[in-house]
Amino acid sequence: MTPISFALAHSLPEVVLAVGALALLMLGVFRARDGRDWIISECAIAVLGLAFLLLFVGAGPKVVVFDGAFIDDAYGRYMKGLALIGSIVTLLLSLDYMRREKIDLFEFPVLVILATLGMLMLISAQTLISLYLGLELMSLALYVIAAFHRDNVRASEAGLKYFALGALSSGMLLYGASLLYGFAGTVSLQGIAAAINGKANIGVIFGLVFMLAGLSFKMSVVPFHMWTPDVYEGAPTPVTAFFASAAKMAAVAITMRLVVTAFPGVTDQWRQILIFVSILSMALGAFAAIGQTNIKRLMAYSSIGHMGFALVGLAAGTEQGVQGVLVYLSIYLTMTLGTFAAILSMRVGDVYVEKISDLAGLSRTNGTMALFLSAMMLSLAGIPPLAGFFAKWYVFNAAIQAHLYPLAVIGVLMSVVACFYYLRIVKVIYFDEPAPGFERASPAVTAVLIVASLLVVFFSFWPGPLDVAAAAAAKSLF
Amino acid sequence: MNVAAVFFYLFSAIMLASAFMVIAAKNPVHSVLFLILAFVNASGLFLLMGAEFLAMILVVVYVGAVAVLFLFVVMMLDVDFAELKQGFLQYLPLGSVIGIVVAIELLLVMVGFTQSDAALGAGASPIQANVSNTEALGLVLYTKYVYLFQASGLVLLTAMIGAIVLTLRHKPDVKRQVIADQNARTRADAIEIKKAPSRAGV
Repeated sequence: MTPISFALAHSLPEVVLAVGALALLMLGVFRARDGRDWIISECAIAVLGLAFLLLFVGAGPKVVVFDGAFIDDAYGRYMKGLALIGSIVTLLLSLDYMRREKIDLFEFPVLVILATLGMLMLISAQTLISLYLGLELMSLALYVIAAFHRDNVRASEAGLKYFALGALSSGMLLYGASLLYGFAGTVSLQGIAAAINGKANIGVIFGLVFMLAGLSFKMSVVPFHMWTPDVYEGAPTPVTAFFASAAKMAAVAITMRLVVTAFPGVTDQWRQILIFVSILSMALGAFAAIGQTNIKRLMAYSSIGHMGFALVGLAAGTEQGVQGVLVYLSIYLTMTLGTFAAILSMRVGDVYVEKISDLAGLSRTNGTMALFLSAMMLSLAGIPPLAGFFAKWYVFNAAIQAHLYPLAVIGVLMSVVACFYYLRIVKVIYFDEPAPGFERASPAVTAVLIVASLLVVFFSFWPGPLDVAAAAAAKSLF
Repeated sequence: MNVAAVFFYLFSAIMLASAFMVIAAKNPVHSVLFLILAFVNASGLFLLMGAEFLAMILVVVYVGAVAVLFLFVVMMLDVDFAELKQGFLQYLPLGSVIGIVVAIELLLVMVGFTQSDAALGAGASPIQANVSNTEALGLVLYTKYVYLFQASGLVLLTAMIGAIVLTLRHKPDVKRQVIADQNARTRADAIEIKKAPSRAGV
């Protein structure tokens, strides 16, 4: 048994988030006037930023602490970095929005920190119990912030729907976990791998299927995607950005860790499942988004499709595939946050609008924003030389190296179909008659949009650091 | 058949029957009462296994808190259960077909389910002979499982914050008791002396 200080040193970001959430909660309860935000959001950004910086402290070979429940490795640190970026940017985007919508309660940043803590614990989970607790901490906070605009019927509906389906998915996950525990006699992921020892027992396969079904809900991939469009549309826009960015990072991260660590001997079994959900997600993401008029719903289908593309890399089941997924997720994170920054800039008078037709003629009313948003759309579509193209290139390359030719071909075809609706937005922006112009967005939102656009546009000139970091992270997983 | 076996079957039979009655009872209050009966019998089963701490916790938490809370909710909310059950018959055939298919599949899994060699050895968790069940839990809760214990605490805290955020409303026109204000009242704030002319009425 290692001393507790050693364990805490390897979970510093989590400790900072937990203590920070409690401190900010106290600060909010005792100091904030009328429960308004006051400076809690700014403090929360500082806490999350501190946790992000601590990811670079004491990095080394993988260490398992807390009696096998928690692992600290390069893979975990990489994914935690993505999740933390997602949360920090979410809070930056939310500052102005929450105040204008009069839902700037101090609980929001606290819940975002708690959700992020859940994500970090989920990413580092090394036993089924810590996996479930991390997942539940993340989900509970997410259910609440989905319904945060409680006087709004659509937000309440979104929260309730997300809660009911999330509870169902937790049940499935637990059922699968109990089957795995029954088979292996241990909750440790490595212990399960040792017990399976390359032989696919029917109980193990059932456990695997149920666990993947539960995690698919969180990743929102087909056929467990039904909640996504409604929740994305109903929830407050910064919350939607949080769902589409940080929450997805954590869900995909734990799915990869689970299948690679606990099921290395039965790759064929989970590969079938992943190929199946990947193809369906890409197809649904491509076709269902075509008819959308609400840009948040469109982004929901877009995120379903992108998760399908990311899983192509995981289906390869190789180190290269995992590296591809990591690169894909990093770029997807940038594009999503940039797009949501643009959506949060869509304000006419005092009202945030979210129809695609509201973007009409944006090039004439706000040329800069039109340019940046178009860069985002073209990158999401995967058009070279923007970052989105390289993301897809990484995962398809991994699939081809693993001889999954049909999957790669279908992926490329679906990517072409998906181009249609991204290009339609560009067309609306540049060639339609102008709709009323938008108000000036807050500096934080504009900054996020500009930084994301620059990263997406200039990624191809300097892909080295991301490539190296992702390769090191993928190596530590195997 | 020894006494433990007799009690096992007694508790199990009553628990199953009352669990069935929870969903079959027409009156929701009766459902909650049957739920309490099921919990009490489950705690009896725990006692038979030597897990006296879990047995007591089950009674205290589930019967004492959760089930009573259910009773309050059932009595305070005006939910028309007859209306809720209206679609029941309509969906019964399809639902039961799906249920039966799933049940058969799960049975097939159970038939083919084997434990790994490692699990067969690890299944029975050894308890030291001179340590009671409660003490054994206490020994590991803050040492071996401290991470999971703290994580559960955070989950519960999140649930609490969520419940407060989503339901608590500060209504401006509700008068609240503030002890400090009451104590700080002086004679000058509280009463006003008016000059009333005598013999003139009010």
